Amino acid sequence: MEKSKEFKDLQEIKSLMERSSRFLSLSGLSGVSAGIIALIAAAIAYYLLDFGRIKYTTNFYLLRPMEEFSYQMDLLTNLLILAFATFVLALASAYYFSWRKAKKYNYSLWDHTTKRLLFQLFIPLIAGGVFALILIDRNDGTLLAAVTLIFYGLALVNAGKYTLSEVQYLGISEIVLGLLAGIFTCWGLLFWAIGFGILHIIYGLVMYYRYER
Amino acid sequence: MKDIIQNLNKAFENRVRLGIMSVLMVNDWVDFNTLKELLDTTDGNLASHLKALEEKALIRMKKQFVGRKPKTSFQATDNGKAEFRQHLDALENLLKNQ
Repeated sequence: MEKSKEFKDLQEIKSLMERSSRFLSLSGLSGVSAGIIALIAAAIAYYLLDFGRIKYTTNFYLLRPMEEFSYQMDLLTNLLILAFATFVLALASAYYFSWRKAKKYNYSLWDHTTKRLLFQLFIPLIAGGVFALILIDRNDGTLLAAVTLIFYGLALVNAGKYTLSEVQYLGISEIVLGLLAGIFTCWGLLFWAIGFGILHIIYGLVMYYRYER
Repeated sequence: MKDIIQNLNKAFENRVRLGIMSVLMVNDWVDFNTLKELLDTTDGNLASHLKALEEKALIRMKKQFVGRKPKTSFQATDNGKAEFRQHLDALENLLKNQ
């Protein structure tokens, strides 16, 4: 009888330490939905870039020397809108599935763990986002895929300390992919689709089957 | 066996006190309302246990004003952390030896 009391105490202590220091509402389905959105976005980008005939990696102004300047700007604007919409949709879906998980397990979705997680996640993320904009402003898209993947990976490694620790493995994978994308720059969009699409889906499914079924 | 039981600290022999210490082991300053939510207890009950732990210098308290509202936060002292760790080890040993 004594044993069960101590055992229960220790379990309660462990659970409290977890719940009070880590954001546990992050759902595997958030990863799956973000991955699907990223794959769709990559497909649209591929279409906008004329099925790979336009290399988004090269200088935007030199894409098609014979075409009008406005065409280049339209393309750039469309790609930026696409990127922004992808980011917002992915965040919204992540929020939705986290909200569902929080409700199911009776976690609170907005508490000090949430704030800390978002803070740690967004510092590298915003740095990467601004740096990507600087690259675009300099008309150098060569390293865009690499930069977004690497900074996103760093953001995940950083945030992994404040949520399910498996997030750090996803982060490391994104960094490795980003470095590869930096070497093989002409395959940037493909690396981007693997990193933001396929890795998210795989990670999300693993987490879903491990924790939420 | 006797040693192990001696290492169990009377100060922690309560669900709420165990909870308070668990939360403060892995977080720096935590405010009253967060503790209340995490431990799912009442104001009075939580306050009395916090006071008991504070009197034993296992935790410390600070009061701040956020706007016009007072906010009370708590932090485990080094001594409190050490004693709680010892208590946890004793619990684990007790389980192992049974």
